Amino acid sequence: MPKNSFDVDRARADFPVLQQTVHGKPLIYLDNAATSQKPAAVIEILDRYYLEYNSNIHRGVHHLSQVATEAYESARENIRRYINAHSTKEIIFVRGATEGINLVAQTFARSHIKAGDEILITEMEHHSNIVPWQILAEQTGAILKYIPINDAGELDLEKIDALLTDKTKLLALVHISNALGTINPIEMLIEKAHDIGAKVLIDGAQAVPHTRINVIELDCDFYVLSGHKLFGPTGIGVLYGKQALLEAMPPYQGGGDMIKMVTMEKTMYNDLPHKFEAGTPHIAGVIGLGAAIDYIELIDFEGAIQHEHDLLNYANELADKTKGMNLVGTAKNKTSILSFTLDGIHPHDIGTIMDNEGIAIRAGHHCAMPVMERFQIPATARASFAFYNSFSDVDALFNGIEKCREVFG
Amino acid sequence: MFDIRELYQEVIVDHNRNPRNFGKLEDANKTLDGYNPLCGDKLTLYIKTNNNTIEDISFDGSGCAISVASASLMTDIMKGRKLDEAEALFNKFHHLITSDEELDITELGKLAALAGVKDYPARVKCASLCWHTLHSVIQGDAAPVSTE
Ligand SMILES: Cc1ncc(COP(=O)(O)O)c(C=O)c1O
Repeated sequence: MPKNSFDVDRARADFPVLQQTVHGKPLIYLDNAATSQKPAAVIEILDRYYLEYNSNIHRGVHHLSQVATEAYESARENIRRYINAHSTKEIIFVRGATEGINLVAQTFARSHIKAGDEILITEMEHHSNIVPWQILAEQTGAILKYIPINDAGELDLEKIDALLTDKTKLLALVHISNALGTINPIEMLIEKAHDIGAKVLIDGAQAVPHTRINVIELDCDFYVLSGHKLFGPTGIGVLYGKQALLEAMPPYQGGGDMIKMVTMEKTMYNDLPHKFEAGTPHIAGVIGLGAAIDYIELIDFEGAIQHEHDLLNYANELADKTKGMNLVGTAKNKTSILSFTLDGIHPHDIGTIMDNEGIAIRAGHHCAMPVMERFQIPATARASFAFYNSFSDVDALFNGIEKCREVFG
Repeated sequence: MFDIRELYQEVIVDHNRNPRNFGKLEDANKTLDGYNPLCGDKLTLYIKTNNNTIEDISFDGSGCAISVASASLMTDIMKGRKLDEAEALFNKFHHLITSDEELDITELGKLAALAGVKDYPARVKCASLCWHTLHSVIQGDAAPVSTE
């Protein structure tokens, strides 16, 4: 086993939910790609918000409202810093990656894309980066095209030049695939798309917990993420957009907070980022997400990433030795997601047998049915590791696989 | 803690490995799909009825061990049954996998092996997929059945 200075035990101790037994066995949480666990620091800040300064923001003169507004806006600054955006005006709070993509589809894309224009996505997208574009294509007459993937679960880059044409108005693709673990070469793709004048949206839902993001270096036009996969609360996420694009976009939803002035005849929209944040937002969620970023910035994140990589390598070694185990997604550049099938055992049964051993994994199509179609399988079992997982968690996974074999003889 | 063998009994493992009545029934006069969107299971039920009797029945598709074994056992027990008998079995089976109440299950025969499912709420839909599909066929529904 490789040695890394990252202190897993210490990281583990920060996550109260991990200190429990399930069905009489210590919980082994390997469903981090579905949602990550939350450190005590995040849970405590949510408590503090509701115990000490719960109030609405941006509209109160009273003390609590001012404290809440400050906490909310300082979380926005945390996110700006974390992804290295130029300005907090570029940080829009949404419900999650899904809402971020829908927002871009229904504002930016709907106002720019005409019949016959092309939107390019990939075969490895999560449904949240497929369906909004299908809806838009239906509304506008635009054409949706897919970059294919190879047997390793990597994008077939040879097809890119033929697919990116002067008709392509938008390239929308996943940074890291939740179903396959593939890390896509987004820098190169962003550059190629820009060369032909297309804009680029990156779905970073799986990427932010595993890599450092720098939206300025990437030069992407939009980047979306979900707080709950980044050790923060559910129901909160971020849309990053380049300021000039956001300024020019029509609003998404109408309501309070997104306006400067409303008369019976017309409305003057508020400035960025508020123009896209109609209604009372998920204040606690935003503050919790801000705390999650504080937490990540406190730990040895580079060490954490290296540790996850070591976990993946170790799991791959064990997988190599496991007969009848087939990995789905064997990209050269991959994050700590292990999607697999076992000969003769349905993933759903694997999930139940693992659960009985206290091991939480995901079984199903992972909201990526086209990926399942591509590999001609109904579903996979998926173990996804976070930095608080240990090598013994990987061992437990493979003992669980042994157990599946025993049950099915 | 549950012993996983309570769920995956020999009968179930066996019917999963060698499902009975598996494959398309060429002279079926009723065919219906059943989906379990949660896990991607899809079964198709083929039934030949005559005179309110299930003369022959088969299934195909892909699914987990619980759904395949349930379909295998169900098709076994349904052959030659009157439609109202089939409905009564449907109700008994539903009771078996969802309720703790005692009931006489001798009639269900080997299907009793699926009783363990009630301790695994996430798997009740797997066991009942083919049954709901059969129920819909008997009720004369034409739309595919979904467990969601
Ligand atoms: C790659 C990817 N994109 C988008 C999403 C959607 O995220 P959310 O459901 O938080 O909006 C997910 C969540 O599973 C994901 O893995």
